[in-house]
Amino acid sequence: MTLSLYTRRVLTNRVGIFLSMCAMAFGLAALLWILWTLLSNGFSALNWAFFTQETPAPGSEGGGLSNAIVGSLLMLGVTTFVSTPIGILAGIYLAEYGDRSRFAQITRFITDIMLSAPSIVIGLFVYALAVATLGGFSGWAGSTALSLIAIPVVVRTTENMLKLVPTALREAAFALGAPRWKVSLAVTLRAVKSGVVTGVLLAIARVTGETAPLLFTALNNQFMSMDMSQPMGNLPVVIYQFAMSPYENWQQLAWGGALLIALMVLAINIGTRILFRQTDLKQ
Amino acid sequence: MTELGNPMAGSKAVAGPIDLHAGRVTIFRRQDRLFHGVTQFFALSVLLTLVGILLSLGIEAYPSLSTFGTAFVWTNVWNVPDEQFGALISIYGTLATSIIALLIAVPVSFGIALFLTETCPTWLRRPLGTAVELLAGIPSIVYGIWGLFVFAPLFAEHVQPHLQAAVGDIPVLSGLFAGAPMGIGILTAGLVLSLMVIPFIASVMRDVFETTPPVLKESAYGVGCTQWEVVTRIVLPYTRVGVIGGIMLGLGRALGETMAVTFVIGNANRITGSLFSPGTSIASTLANEFGEASPGLHLSSLFALGLVLFVITFLVLAASNWLIARGRAKAGH
Repeated sequence: MTLSLYTRRVLTNRVGIFLSMCAMAFGLAALLWILWTLLSNGFSALNWAFFTQETPAPGSEGGGLSNAIVGSLLMLGVTTFVSTPIGILAGIYLAEYGDRSRFAQITRFITDIMLSAPSIVIGLFVYALAVATLGGFSGWAGSTALSLIAIPVVVRTTENMLKLVPTALREAAFALGAPRWKVSLAVTLRAVKSGVVTGVLLAIARVTGETAPLLFTALNNQFMSMDMSQPMGNLPVVIYQFAMSPYENWQQLAWGGALLIALMVLAINIGTRILFRQTDLKQ
Repeated sequence: MTELGNPMAGSKAVAGPIDLHAGRVTIFRRQDRLFHGVTQFFALSVLLTLVGILLSLGIEAYPSLSTFGTAFVWTNVWNVPDEQFGALISIYGTLATSIIALLIAVPVSFGIALFLTETCPTWLRRPLGTAVELLAGIPSIVYGIWGLFVFAPLFAEHVQPHLQAAVGDIPVLSGLFAGAPMGIGILTAGLVLSLMVIPFIASVMRDVFETTPPVLKESAYGVGCTQWEVVTRIVLPYTRVGVIGGIMLGLGRALGETMAVTFVIGNANRITGSLFSPGTSIASTLANEFGEASPGLHLSSLFALGLVLFVITFLVLAASNWLIARGRAKAGH
């Protein structure tokens, strides 16, 4: 059967468009499937004991993830506290001073690479830097590893946001006699405040589920501990260990922990989009 | 500093409105210099991290690399009790899983990008684009636990036996799909990885597709091209540099992914040639063995593996960034 050139082109087009819709459906299906699995397996684990009891010993019944949740929150808090100022100031440098300088170009390039660099290598680095030399696994080492991952995210979003500020706004501030640092901090940075906050939140979302860099830095702790200089329980590593274990209640807790982390990350991702859309409208 | 200090001293001695003003300018100038220095220092911290990673991995890997030499990279052995180490098994697993991931992720990402830029109704673009990006936000450990408990059993029961039956005795293919259908293994790891890199490749493709000048597309539509022809013969050639950059980004992500792979690859230190059999990747070897490794050659060899992984991903990501930047710069012309 020979088809006319026109029919063949129309058919090719239909098939191509149909396949592209299939690809989109495939992506959505994967997202929904993973979310459904998490909800159906993890939701029953999220009870009062989950948030109040410590991780159970091998073979014992019940238990929760309170020590891991507290450890994760502590390390995330320190990470945010450290990476926010460093990231924002570095971002200001790239946006305000680094237009043509070679140093800034290289920094920008390296930052982009560090955004996608394998996180397990960051864990190795912090292990060699802090754990092996300063005597042991600790919450501080875990926070350091997480900060090194979070900083590039904050740097890049801050720089991209600052570049959106119209030059006229800077010039107006300079014309009033404001020094450069004041223009940067009080005028341009303030103008893109919500964008920078978005960057920080996305950085937190990025490190919330990071497991690989914590395996050799914060390690884990079966008991509640607020001491950052000691090994510290944290959700990702507990999920990893419990999911791989033969105990059913451990696996159940791992599903609950995975659901908790995924919900937190997705909430931040969706929340920042809403936050950012509102500022879009304002401008 | 003394040059700066002097006018300050002068302004204090002669207290007048004009001098005070001059003093303030000096203070401002000094603050500016300080601010410049501080911001530059923090920008430098990113570079220092990179240098630190290379240095520390190099130093820690040195005992192993000096024992085994460059042969470390292509030696097919990983024997902990005998302290014989080579990276080939892990490199093979890393490359095999990443290539499988790209074989699936590239066409699917192209389809998603095509749909989002051409066919999708405008009101659906934003929510669908967000959904794809959410796939990128899901932590890798969630992919891992899903892959191990949900995907792998289904795959072993419903897909692997049919694949084996379908290829039958065809020489090369039957070797690729040989072995017991256990669900976990190199193929499963590649499939889970493909889901993880789709959002990265798709969003770069969508961004560079949007840089195609509308005039080009409209002239193609004007002479009667179909949507498929416009995308494959106008948009794709125009944006190919950026598209390749996006694929390289996906590759860089896939090479270094740890948790998702560790859960489903099976963690066996051997190369069998079958995609159904368990293997190991650089990242999963590190995740499995580093915690229990005794100081000495084993630990040092693990650091050497980390160094190999970092160098490979660094080169891939550097190429990717360069290509994506070139692809985007084109839009400015």
